[in-house]
Amino acid sequence: MAYNLSHLKQLEAEAIHIMREVAAQFERPALLFSGGKDSICLVRLAQKAFFPAKIPFPLVHVDTGHNFVETIAFRDKLAAQVGANLIVRNVQDSINRGTAQDEKGPNPSRNGLQTITLLETIEEFKFDACFGGARRDEEKARAKERFFSHRDEFGQWDPKNQRPELWNLYNGKKQVGEHFRVFPISNWTEMDVWQYLDAEKLEIPSIYYTHQREVVFRDNNWLAKSDFITLMGDEKYETRTVRFRTVGDMTCTGAVESNADTIERVIQEVASARNTERGTRADDKRTEAAMEDRKKQGYF
Amino acid sequence: MTEEIIHDSKAYLDMDLLRFTTAGSVDDGKSTLIGRLLFDSKSIFADQLEAIEEASTRKGKGYVDLSLLTDGLRAEREQGITIDVAYRYFATPKRKFIVADTPGHIQYTRNMVTGASTANLTIILIDARHGVIEQTMRHSFIASLLQIKHIVVCVNKMDLVDYSEEVYEKIKADYEAFSAKLDVPDIQFIPISALNGDNVVDKSENMPWYQGGTLMYNLENVHIASDLNFVDARFPVQYVIRPQNDEYHDYRGYAGKVEGGTFRPGDEVVALPSGFTSKIKSIDTIDGPLDEAFPPMSVTVTLEDNIDISRGDMLVKTLNQPTVSQDIELMICWLNDKKLIPNGKYVIKHTTKEARCIVKEVRYKVDINTLHKIEDEKSIGLNDIGRILIRTTSPLYYDSYKKNRTTGSVIIIDEFTNETLAAGMII
Repeated sequence: MAYNLSHLKQLEAEAIHIMREVAAQFERPALLFSGGKDSICLVRLAQKAFFPAKIPFPLVHVDTGHNFVETIAFRDKLAAQVGANLIVRNVQDSINRGTAQDEKGPNPSRNGLQTITLLETIEEFKFDACFGGARRDEEKARAKERFFSHRDEFGQWDPKNQRPELWNLYNGKKQVGEHFRVFPISNWTEMDVWQYLDAEKLEIPSIYYTHQREVVFRDNNWLAKSDFITLMGDEKYETRTVRFRTVGDMTCTGAVESNADTIERVIQEVASARNTERGTRADDKRTEAAMEDRKKQGYF
Repeated sequence: MTEEIIHDSKAYLDMDLLRFTTAGSVDDGKSTLIGRLLFDSKSIFADQLEAIEEASTRKGKGYVDLSLLTDGLRAEREQGITIDVAYRYFATPKRKFIVADTPGHIQYTRNMVTGASTANLTIILIDARHGVIEQTMRHSFIASLLQIKHIVVCVNKMDLVDYSEEVYEKIKADYEAFSAKLDVPDIQFIPISALNGDNVVDKSENMPWYQGGTLMYNLENVHIASDLNFVDARFPVQYVIRPQNDEYHDYRGYAGKVEGGTFRPGDEVVALPSGFTSKIKSIDTIDGPLDEAFPPMSVTVTLEDNIDISRGDMLVKTLNQPTVSQDIELMICWLNDKKLIPNGKYVIKHTTKEARCIVKEVRYKVDINTLHKIEDEKSIGLNDIGRILIRTTSPLYYDSYKKNRTTGSVIIIDEFTNETLAAGMII
């Protein structure tokens, strides 16, 4: 039988189907865009889903103020390239308003504060469905996530009260004030994402590739030098040849030592990796159920 | 070096996808089997392994409990129960696998139906010491009901019955006797020990009498390409694309997923429910127009004529049309604590169409252990399977579930709470 779609094409078709369902079932969708590789895939899939029309929803970025400058530059460039409406909201504004407060300590994370600003943004624009690039292979709390994830009026996820999802019938019905998070690439693995970026020849922020950077070794991770980190004890910065496997805050995204300067080499590295990509994320290591707890609060 | 990597990427792009679900009762070794598949295909990372090693030690276990890998939420760990379906991923150079892992006991039917709804294959685990039990029949029946075309029966814990061929043959004969009643065209049997790895990925040296392939060999080679329906052309319209810019001024594209048959430019099509006919002008994607679209592609179709088509409509071929009716017979699996209300009104979702429906009659309930009809039992609650007759507010265009798993399936939704109450398969 010649009618055979490769697994990546099947995953692409599934993701496009989900994006179109959202555009049809909801009034005010938005795509949560971090500048990371997963959300870059989402933008590409959205372009494919609605071609030749433009992406019919805005890209939304919740900026913690702790992002890599490379990510922010990349974000602006991509939004302009695809002709999408980019909405940026800042955690700093929530702090100034008094709705959020910075953590204390040597590397205060604004990771948790993002949730506050995100929920404020959802309320401000009355978004009823937000696309996210989360994948089920990332983390155990995510292995049970739905494509259409229902959130109550506080933006909370109730793992015990998720709707069963059968075939490709997605139930996006909701009460006023509730919203959905939608994860079109739920079934993709880290390798699938990299292979897709390669197959589609997509550009990614330069921090994913090898470069020289001043870093400090803390909690088994290389953290980038930034204004948001205070050295402790005998810690000191040193220059290393590194790259990042995920794009998050500078305070909690660890670098790995690497010489990978092309997508092919990154793929090679992913294929032989001994740790999951979230292994470089300090935010997941705070407790065994760190992700589950943040998701319940309304995290991405 | 570079050449080799590019070669690898190419191979990766040719990989096929198999979705399967696993079924077994609590102590059949299901978690161990999944752990084994993940482990032997090198899909467990060092940090995941460290996390479960640490957790195993903390819980005072003398071994690395691979089942902890499939044990997700704190809410579950605290209560020692499993809330629902978790998805796992692994790949070999041949195929990528998506495993719908559906543990749990009380909620089993609901979870297994959910996992099975998208699966190509089901692995049924039988404990070699206990043989075919009530649950084996229940799991097999659900797989058959959901029209899973391939079942692999793994007779597990062969190490605990001295790798006995007689034990295995007896279980196989028992299973075959009862599975004759099922509607599953491909059933394979494999004697395994998930704990020791016999016949899971590597061929067992303990069972020279077994001539068949290992479980992994089966998963990699089972022929699934013809499981989809490539005969009856069905294209439910999801979304209408109108760019309304200068370049595509009058463009009107119908976006959707091909759910059956094939479509080519020039094909004559009928739009349901209007009945208007037209010809396919083009099949568009961002990567260029296509000569042909087939399941499960997501594409955009344009037509020669400007006819009124919107979400919920369906494009089909003139000479091969689905059934159009408001009175529909369903086999349902009830998924919610709130029981089915006779004569109750619900929302129904079918492909891209939504309607309301009323339950006209509960025909019977099925005893899922014996597959017998219980004609005088009309109460359908959580985890029950039964046959009902509904009437919809507007006609649905559908096929039997047996013919097409997409155009033959529905979900039933509570009008007030918006919860998904039931999965329905059209008879």
